[in-house]
Amino acid sequence: MKNLICTSLLAILVGISTQSMASLAYVSNEKDNSISVIDTESLEVIETIPVGQRPRGILLSKDHTKLYICASDDDTVQIMDLATQRIIGSLPSGEDPEQFALHPNDRWLFIANEDDAIVTVVDVQTKDVLAQIDVGVEPEGMAVSPDGRWAVNTSETSSMLHWIDTDSFEIKKNMVVGQRPRHVEFSRDGKVAWASAEIGGTVHIIDVDALEEIKTLDFKIRGVNQDKIQPVGIALTSDGRYAFVALGPANHVAVVDAQTHEVLDYLLVGRRVWQLALNEDESMLLTTNGVSGDVSVIDVESLKVTKSIEVGRYPWGVVVTP
Amino acid sequence: MRIESKSLMATLFAWWLSAPLTAMGMDIRIGYIQWVPDQGPVLSNVIPEPEDAGLRGAELAIEDNNTTGSFLDHHYILETQMAQSESQAQEALERMLDENISLFVLRVPASTLNAMADETEGKALIFNAGAKEDELRLRECRPHVMHTQPSYAMLTDGLAQWLNLRRWKNVFMITGPTDSDRAWAKAFRRSATRFGVNIVVEKPWTFDSDLRRTASRELPLFTQAKDYDAVVVADVRGDFGEYVPFNTWLPRPVVGTQGMSPVAWHRVVESWGAVQLQNRFRELAGRDMNGEDYAAWAGIRSVGTAVTQINDADIERIRDFLFSDDFQLAAFKGRKLSYRPWSGQLRQPIPLVHPRGLTFTAPVEGFLHPVTDLDSLGFDEAESDCRINP
Repeated sequence: MKNLICTSLLAILVGISTQSMASLAYVSNEKDNSISVIDTESLEVIETIPVGQRPRGILLSKDHTKLYICASDDDTVQIMDLATQRIIGSLPSGEDPEQFALHPNDRWLFIANEDDAIVTVVDVQTKDVLAQIDVGVEPEGMAVSPDGRWAVNTSETSSMLHWIDTDSFEIKKNMVVGQRPRHVEFSRDGKVAWASAEIGGTVHIIDVDALEEIKTLDFKIRGVNQDKIQPVGIALTSDGRYAFVALGPANHVAVVDAQTHEVLDYLLVGRRVWQLALNEDESMLLTTNGVSGDVSVIDVESLKVTKSIEVGRYPWGVVVTP
Repeated sequence: MRIESKSLMATLFAWWLSAPLTAMGMDIRIGYIQWVPDQGPVLSNVIPEPEDAGLRGAELAIEDNNTTGSFLDHHYILETQMAQSESQAQEALERMLDENISLFVLRVPASTLNAMADETEGKALIFNAGAKEDELRLRECRPHVMHTQPSYAMLTDGLAQWLNLRRWKNVFMITGPTDSDRAWAKAFRRSATRFGVNIVVEKPWTFDSDLRRTASRELPLFTQAKDYDAVVVADVRGDFGEYVPFNTWLPRPVVGTQGMSPVAWHRVVESWGAVQLQNRFRELAGRDMNGEDYAAWAGIRSVGTAVTQINDADIERIRDFLFSDDFQLAAFKGRKLSYRPWSGQLRQPIPLVHPRGLTFTAPVEGFLHPVTDLDSLGFDEAESDCRINP
């Protein structure tokens, strides 16, 4: 009991102290059922918070006060209040939620239910399920266009991008891409979308107005078996300069010129690099490295890896608060 | 938990009907024929093999294909026959050919497979999801037969690479009496030579007593030898092998067909998204997915992947696509899989598993190959007489 009080007190204290801090990174540890909190100034883990089972996709509410966590094996999306770092509720997510995306209206959460071949749309305020949309096998990546018109889902085993009209919650277009599409990212202006195909080893750049592919990127790293180049996470700088692509078991992040689509460099990070996140001023990129259980820090200005930070087992998702 | 799914389905369906489609609706019919001869009585019959191994994998792949196909108006239909005899399997093949089915997944013995291949030449594309015999990939290849089941040599190469990695290079081998046991042992002998493993003792298994009661007394004596690093068991049908672990003369690990085994698939494989495949399978079949299920699944998924990409179900076009550089099968083994152009064998990593965990996944890094390290598993092009794509 005494311990419990101490822990709670500590939690409150930490809660108060973290609130005043500048920027924090949250990392979901898939096999530790926890979230690691990294202070982006000191680049140290300052807190590890237990959450639901098999946490994977995580994202911030638009006002950065809440963290949404896909607790895949609990079949729920948990809501964490970032001021107190406590789970304050959960959302009906459908089975096995893996990734999700929040509509610009800050209410509609589009959740990929990997085991059920469904995308579930939940209103995060009312906790109502607004729709369930049948998609391909193993829906994974989710993104909503900046203007809120499109929600895009990738289905891994169907190798498709499903373009869902957010007015009607109906699929308007299915695009066959490379094998095992994992992730979609819209440019800040919403004109292009980038989609990674893990087994295909490709990144597909799509013109959003025309809904047509304009370019397929592939990658080659000296000394790395071509089969191991498996693009997953993508991060785009808002100035349209760079695209960063996590290349999975190739243990590198590709730096791509987002205008010319030329690969500029490959940065060696930890093992099986998975997801990526930029900080607010986009000076720093964080990568989750599943197999090595750490987060690599990339300095965007110099395009150098400056540090690796040990987190939990199989870090999966990462977000950074302003 | 599924809300409005019916009306949504209806809406979607209406949309499919009204939307301009990339193709007219297409039916892709696939025949699955299984015939497994009676294995005879086995001593270790505690955990029987599922009788529908293979069939359930085929069913899951059809579901997977149909989910994808629903967006392209492609419909996959499975015709199945669980035959009780070779003649029944043959009859099923003829019946399905008469029904204009030209894609088949077969889980039958090698001799039956060859007979069926004769009958279907020019009429069908076949996926061998059963027979592991190396001969089928060495001399008896057919242009219209693909092998999704790994060969004995692929399995034993994976094991021998790992023994080399661990530096457990001196092994004691026990070989069972059946043709399959001899084929497995022959493959292992080749693998041993290839990857620097010495078989210091090889003994045939000749006992016929019920080892459940006497294993602890008989096996220590049977495995007496001066020294060895591991015991290798060649007991394909699972007759005595389960009783070897922990009963060896020297305190040594047991590998091979029992103990820690090289397999096509096993429930302990979970990386690379495999959890999702395992979950889907368990939901469908109510049991764990095994190597036969996986091989059947991979065959039908190969068809699905091809049809999705080329939007055509013609067997010649499917075959061309499967052997093209554009084909890559995403099959939950951590990398894209492709077919060997000379033998039609699906290249694939080989998990090394024990009943409750994954030990390693072959190929072992460092065994180099000019084309792909996956070809360090099994007979390579130069070692095979087959050239099915001249």
